[in-house]
Amino acid sequence: MPWLTKVCTLWLILVVFTAAVADLIPGLADPNYQGFVFGDGKTNEGPTASHWLGTDNVSRDILARLIYGARVSLIFAFSVVAVGIIVGGTLGSIAGYFRGFLDTCLMAFVDTWLSYPAFIGFLFVSTMLGMRNLLILCLIGFIFVWPPYTRVGRATALAVSGQDFVTAARAIGTSRRRILVREIFPNVLPALLAYSLVGLPLLIILESTLSFLGLGVEIPTASWGGMINQARQDLLINIWPAVWPAATLFMTVYSFNNLADWVRKEAASQSAAI
Amino acid sequence: MGGSEILRVEDLHTSFFLPIGELQAVRGVSFSLQRGRSLGIVGESGSGKTVLARSIMRLNTGSNVKTSGSAFFNGRDLLALPRREMRRLWGTEIAMIFQDPMTSLNPMVKIGRQVTEHLRQHKNVNRRAARQIALDLLNEVRIPEAESRIDRLPHELSGGMRQRVSIASALACEPSLLFADEPTTALDVTVQHQILNLLSREQRQRNMTMVIVTHDLGVVAGRTDDTLVMYAGKVVEQASTDEIFDKTQHPYTEALMRSIPRTAQPSHTPLAAITGRPPVATHLPAGCSFSPRCPYVQPRCHEEDPPLVSIGTSGHKAACWYPVGSDANREAFERNLSDRLPQTLAVAESLDADQSSGTPADLPDGGLA
Repeated sequence: MPWLTKVCTLWLILVVFTAAVADLIPGLADPNYQGFVFGDGKTNEGPTASHWLGTDNVSRDILARLIYGARVSLIFAFSVVAVGIIVGGTLGSIAGYFRGFLDTCLMAFVDTWLSYPAFIGFLFVSTMLGMRNLLILCLIGFIFVWPPYTRVGRATALAVSGQDFVTAARAIGTSRRRILVREIFPNVLPALLAYSLVGLPLLIILESTLSFLGLGVEIPTASWGGMINQARQDLLINIWPAVWPAATLFMTVYSFNNLADWVRKEAASQSAAI
Repeated sequence: MGGSEILRVEDLHTSFFLPIGELQAVRGVSFSLQRGRSLGIVGESGSGKTVLARSIMRLNTGSNVKTSGSAFFNGRDLLALPRREMRRLWGTEIAMIFQDPMTSLNPMVKIGRQVTEHLRQHKNVNRRAARQIALDLLNEVRIPEAESRIDRLPHELSGGMRQRVSIASALACEPSLLFADEPTTALDVTVQHQILNLLSREQRQRNMTMVIVTHDLGVVAGRTDDTLVMYAGKVVEQASTDEIFDKTQHPYTEALMRSIPRTAQPSHTPLAAITGRPPVATHLPAGCSFSPRCPYVQPRCHEEDPPLVSIGTSGHKAACWYPVGSDANREAFERNLSDRLPQTLAVAESLDADQSSGTPADLPDGGLA
């Protein structure tokens, strides 16, 4: 593993770990705690012993908000990807293995769905619903994310179905359902996992973009995009409340991409060794 | 001939309907097979041998495939059997070994599991018992240190080892009829020998009926009881393996044998190839399909397709108007030689070369076994 990938992996572990145990970290401020309300607040403060990354324009601790913001991004990205893999993998395997009328209908539907821009869809649905929270965001994500996974799953299932071991399974009297579960799906999964590593950072960016536009999770819930948006107002006075979440976002997305690249290369060199 | 008939194929046709037209892969094949015997189906790429085996086993998928005729297995027509009945036969009664062990094993499943996959499905064997059976089978097919290899994935084994695994997995349910579709083509020569011997041994020990599909006459020589030579989707010659080698009747079989390189030849002898190329199955020549490449071709061959008829003794059949060794064949050869037909000249040339190197031309020697 090259050193850069090591750094990226460490970073991702740090982000995931702190987001997971945020409630248990001693001394970590409540991310929505606004110091000025209670009288001790200093807004736009630089790094201090009590606020490691300083405070924002309503005197909230930036580090605490970054850590809690990671929760939103990660829960959104991972749950949407998981649904994509499960739904897309299942439908794609079925379509690719059984072919026929079912495949034609499903793929026509997927193609229609794919031609509809997901981002506009997000904007539309979250505006129409009016109320916004993480659950709703994830639900919208589920609706829009499964078609590409179905496509990838079907393409892989098509290739796998043509392999001799599927014919061999038939030749020993395996039922079609069992072939689907035991032969096709396990071989479709790696392709979907590889695809999802590319999809994860995109979803994190999507969530941040929505939050930046004020269409993500409702304020004051912390999210990276929302933090950047809020810091925008005082950008000329204090740039740091915008820099920290932007840097975190950059690091996280870059790390995912770097890791995905490494995994892909590893997988390629391994299959070359076979 | 003792024993009962286990498989009888009658007038089997298989066609693929492609955008460029109907591709007749198998065109009216009939043969019968006695229990406990072994049959070799020989032919070059595209001769329809694999499609024939897969048609009998009903493994041709796709909506553009059409199979007609019948294949009676123990008196029941496999081609007319409902899917459910067929599934009961697959694995338990009929099994198949595939050409490429790289692709015929699931890359995501441990080999121990692959071997007993069907036992678990068909015979309700529990996990523990299945593992023991898998171990016994792996030992039987001579996988060294089976104990440590049972939990490996296919890519961790060599090609020969993998083919042993797929043989073990085909044998697991003790089928009475085993198809081996080019079981050694993807393996290197030393391993081929071992795998073929393994198959022959298992066939004898289990009194199994076996069909080996191959493009290599060396594979059937001395191993199978009967041989069937296919060309362009038809059987051109059919006899016991000894007869095929000793009393070759069809010019195509003869040409195949002539193209086996022999160790007695001096080095740098050009390989004797069959001139011309196999016919395109969508545009078959009129008359005999081998006529454009045959050194004995006569006008009649271009017009009438010769039927498969008994020639000589003991069930030897060939589809040729001028069978090798007959007077008519010799006359045809002389006539074509004086007409300077290219394929005839090529054959005459290689005959001369053989004579000068002191090897009888019409006798395949030990080099092919």
